[in-house]
Amino acid sequence: MPQDEPVILKVEHLSHSYGDVHAVRDISFTVKKGEFFSFLGPNGAGKSTAINVLITLLPLQHGEVSIAGFNLRTEREQVRRSIGIVFQEITLDRDMTVSETLEFHGDIYGLDSNLCRDRTRELLELVKLEDKVSAYIKELSGGMKRRLEIARGLMTRPKLLFLDEPTIGLDPQTRRKTWEYLRSVNAEGTTIFLTTHYMDEADELSDQIAIIDHGKIIATGTPASLKNSLGEDIIYLETTDNLAAIKVLMTIPGVKKVQSSGSRITLLSGTDGTHLLPRIIETLTGHSISVQAVNLKKPNMDDVFIHYTGRELRD
Amino acid sequence: MTCLFIIQEGSFGINMKPGFLPIYKRDMRRFFRFKHQLLSSFLQPVLWLAFFGMAMAGNFDRIMGSNGSIHGVMEVSYLTFMCAGIIGATILFTNIFGGFFLLFDKNWGILREIMASPLPRRNIIIGIGCAAITKSWIQSVTILVFGMILGVTFFVGMSPLRIIISVIGFLLFVAAFATAFLCISLTIALRIDSPEGFQGISSLLTMPLFFLSNSLYPLEGLPPLMGTIALLNPLTHLITGIRYCTIGEHFSSIGMEVMYNSTEVLFSFLYLAIFALVMFTITLKTVEKVEIT
Repeated sequence: MPQDEPVILKVEHLSHSYGDVHAVRDISFTVKKGEFFSFLGPNGAGKSTAINVLITLLPLQHGEVSIAGFNLRTEREQVRRSIGIVFQEITLDRDMTVSETLEFHGDIYGLDSNLCRDRTRELLELVKLEDKVSAYIKELSGGMKRRLEIARGLMTRPKLLFLDEPTIGLDPQTRRKTWEYLRSVNAEGTTIFLTTHYMDEADELSDQIAIIDHGKIIATGTPASLKNSLGEDIIYLETTDNLAAIKVLMTIPGVKKVQSSGSRITLLSGTDGTHLLPRIIETLTGHSISVQAVNLKKPNMDDVFIHYTGRELRD
Repeated sequence: MTCLFIIQEGSFGINMKPGFLPIYKRDMRRFFRFKHQLLSSFLQPVLWLAFFGMAMAGNFDRIMGSNGSIHGVMEVSYLTFMCAGIIGATILFTNIFGGFFLLFDKNWGILREIMASPLPRRNIIIGIGCAAITKSWIQSVTILVFGMILGVTFFVGMSPLRIIISVIGFLLFVAAFATAFLCISLTIALRIDSPEGFQGISSLLTMPLFFLSNSLYPLEGLPPLMGTIALLNPLTHLITGIRYCTIGEHFSSIGMEVMYNSTEVLFSFLYLAIFALVMFTITLKTVEKVEIT
């Protein structure tokens, strides 16, 4: 039965195109029950298209998807009942009150009205909006609206909650708060699928991350494993002759990868960088290349992202 | 009116398919929530009646003098004649702009939420449609009552039973017409993205519909070509139905004799009902196809 299925979302060879534009190209991944899963990618990478296919707003063109044990192609109705959604843009009626918003959501999912009332109370407590029950949506702040949308997404007790860039446009404190709510929702057993272009968000929240760019998944793993895949440390060097230096650096044991980026050299170390660095400087000096600047740091998600996509975040 | 035949699929228990009631409920809530909009939607037709109607009636009386009446035929005032037209025009305006808020729901609102829910898409249209019929009924009855307070002489010489039947007939005409034009409006709203475009198309439609009809004057007085076009105009058929139900089958106003036989009126109703059904079907097709992301 679907309930015992450890895999809650299984995507195989999903593709989606708008005419000639291939927004999603042959992606496959699985999300396990209870997991916090993130799709990390720049704007225009295909995240929203993928999520819109999964939440049934776009048709399934190519590939097979099963959500909570239901086939996305043939059992769309059951899929809709198994998932909760927080859309990228605020999708609230500004002229409805908080409780009407949740009541309406319960209504369109065919929820019993008593159950609807109980859950409204419960969820508003969870997102700390219990004193706003009769407030109009237009009176709420951006962060409150987001929290209400998270509560709304949970009204039907979904097995899987989709969030499309949930913290876009929120100030840093509100973002942190939103993370806290998402963490507590996840801790209560709801599997979460989130898309984001914020590295720190993916790093902070996720159990599993899939990095997506140009419609393809280019790396998957836990935040730690993705960062480790880059090596122990990242060393930045500026020398008098970068081209010659790169050739020399390749021969040093412990150096995993060297690439030139602008006026500097980026080096990924396979061993502890603090011990590798003196050896590097020594060797380069031996080849009469002098090192002008040096920087060493642990890889973070930004580095992972740039490493895999080969570019900085773009709009 | 089409929606009257579709039974709601059930609104309790979590596994039932949600019916159209949530949409209906929200729409009616909005109708009563915006007090200014509500007030102006009632006030505008009443002002038309009070100013334009009274003024024109005064002028007609002067022009016609004592030639206005036709011997042996019940004569009704211009205000009475025009009141039916104003009811028709109000129902037209309300419904042709009725899709406006769907456009907002689509571009900036909760249509995404609804589209991703188990609620069948046709129930969106049925829900909005039933709300539109309800609103149109409230509006048309309000104008009718206000008109009668201002001096409109409806239901003269009718027995109580005849009045009840007439009111039911009146409401059926209004429902069919409202459904048709609301569906036109919803289809435009689903296919177009800009509010300006929507306003433009709707305004473009309303002007000829209003003036190429029997709303303000009998068709008998129109130039032949305009008269023929007016016969194709659904608004003409609505107003024919309203006049037949509220005034009667044979009367004269501003010196012109108006005669309806029951076949003609039945034809007008079928014309509207079929038109409504066609528009409703097109709207259902559109809403099933539309992609909202």
